[in-house]
Amino acid sequence: MLAPALLGILVFFAYPLVASVFFSFTRYDLVSPPEWIGLRNYEYLFTKDPKVWSAALNTLWFIVFLTPIKIITALCVAGLLARARRAAGFWRTVFYLPSLVPPVASVVSFVFLFNPGTGPVNQILRFFGVDGPLWFNDPALAKPSLLLLGVWVMGDIMVIFLAALLDVPKEQYEAASLDGANGIQKVRFVTLPNIVPVLIFALVTGIIAALQYFTEAAVASGVASGKATVGSGTASMLGYPDGSLLTYTQWLYVRGFANYQLGYASALAVLLFVVAAVFLVFLLRRVDAFNPEGAK
Amino acid sequence: MTVTETRALVAPGSVNGGRRRGRPILAWIAEHTVLSVLAVMFIAPIVFVALTSLMSSDQTLTASLIPDPWEWSNYRDVLVSTPLARWFGNSALYAVAATAFMVLSSVPAAYVLAKIRIPYANVIFLIIIVAMLLPPQVTAVPVYIMWSKLGLTGTLWPLILPNLLGDAFSIFLLRQFFLTVPTDYLDAARVDGASEFGILIRVVVPMAKPGIAAAAIFLFFASWNDYYGPLLYASENPDWWPVSYALATFRGTHGTDWGSTMALTMLVLVPVVVVFFFAQRTFVEGITLSGVKG
Repeated sequence: MLAPALLGILVFFAYPLVASVFFSFTRYDLVSPPEWIGLRNYEYLFTKDPKVWSAALNTLWFIVFLTPIKIITALCVAGLLARARRAAGFWRTVFYLPSLVPPVASVVSFVFLFNPGTGPVNQILRFFGVDGPLWFNDPALAKPSLLLLGVWVMGDIMVIFLAALLDVPKEQYEAASLDGANGIQKVRFVTLPNIVPVLIFALVTGIIAALQYFTEAAVASGVASGKATVGSGTASMLGYPDGSLLTYTQWLYVRGFANYQLGYASALAVLLFVVAAVFLVFLLRRVDAFNPEGAK
Repeated sequence: MTVTETRALVAPGSVNGGRRRGRPILAWIAEHTVLSVLAVMFIAPIVFVALTSLMSSDQTLTASLIPDPWEWSNYRDVLVSTPLARWFGNSALYAVAATAFMVLSSVPAAYVLAKIRIPYANVIFLIIIVAMLLPPQVTAVPVYIMWSKLGLTGTLWPLILPNLLGDAFSIFLLRQFFLTVPTDYLDAARVDGASEFGILIRVVVPMAKPGIAAAAIFLFFASWNDYYGPLLYASENPDWWPVSYALATFRGTHGTDWGSTMALTMLVLVPVVVVFFFAQRTFVEGITLSGVKG
């Protein structure tokens, strides 16, 4: 009964992982057979590739800002919801709903909402006498605009935090009250220690998600540039405006699947694997978290 | 984010009814004011999208935020000018086939990992977690080459067929549910001479229905929403575009104004939300029944 899954691991995981390393030492375009070129791909990656470092920096930007801001917002909203007594289900649905919106739809919506000419955001700003910025069309603001989108879809993390907050044993709060703890002390000494495992889980999976940040940035570039984006033509506007949204995984896509430099894309994939592995090892050392209480 | 998404749906149970009595009324007002303002900000984007989808093309170019008059012409234009039925058909094929294949392959695998003592079970489980968490781009090149050799690039099959051999995240999630099925029931069935497969079908599946439903809904949503997969495999072949991918290309190829883009956005958005509202009940009930915590 396990055999199909083992075969699946072999064919779609173990083999490709090893093969990626092999292809990273070759030049391969899918037409002529792979040609062994030793470390040339890596040499190019680290010394000559014109965009890989700006792409890596953009990805790093999302790791550094997107993940923590999402988590902090989610935690604050969850904290408020944990105190709401009536209509708690209603509030939860309101804040959870945006995270259900298909990512492409939510990005298209945000590019529209923030479009400089007729977008509702700038209309409202204009009403208050503020000249709205260019948002997704401004290289300096495109990433922060996606940050706002990230906050909008924080509902999935928020619901986890809410469950964790409601799971904190009430007796501990009562004991803390008896000991004369004030509100902040209760948060510091009762709430936080109880939800630390959930926080770490959200942080690490959030970082791994940010590491492969692709869809939101790619769709935002395509829609905001307003150009026809069909087939491999997609690659031409990735990063718009001015490369500010070009993330590492998009660059891998461009080199591998738009330019068919599959050997070089494999070298990029191996580097991505090494970085992802560091975070994975950190998470897996807490692998007990994957076993529900009471089982085993 | 797949992991957190699951836990998100696993988590919402009953919200407790407040733990302190007699809180000051001012605090209550302050909290609810903040909540209300935030709620308006979270709902506003969808409202603006809906309103714009009902504007005429002239209006979308003006400063007005409310349609006047209300027009359905954008929806009509989208229906007439695009192969909408094909897009939705492709999305449905992708999501339904992927989900059905996943259930066939991953339920037995998860059962073995959860309830049968086999050598190296922990190692296999660890590999599944790594496969689940590792960015898909790491293995994308060799997998793409395989499908290209098989002549299946330019279709959605490279995204559907692998589910016949198990989906790492689904196996992980199902295992977590199966762990909570009491082993006593299984032992009783074993004593009665049932085969492991018989136990799975007659004992475990009925008890873990909510878990299987959860895994199925997650994979269904993930496939329906997928952009990266169709971009990789089907972007050159419009006949195979699912609606999520088509929406991403829509403004560049059709949308001279925002109205029709917003109409298509609504058409993509509404079914998912409707499905969720119907599924939420079964879901939360099932999760409460099985007593699994995230």
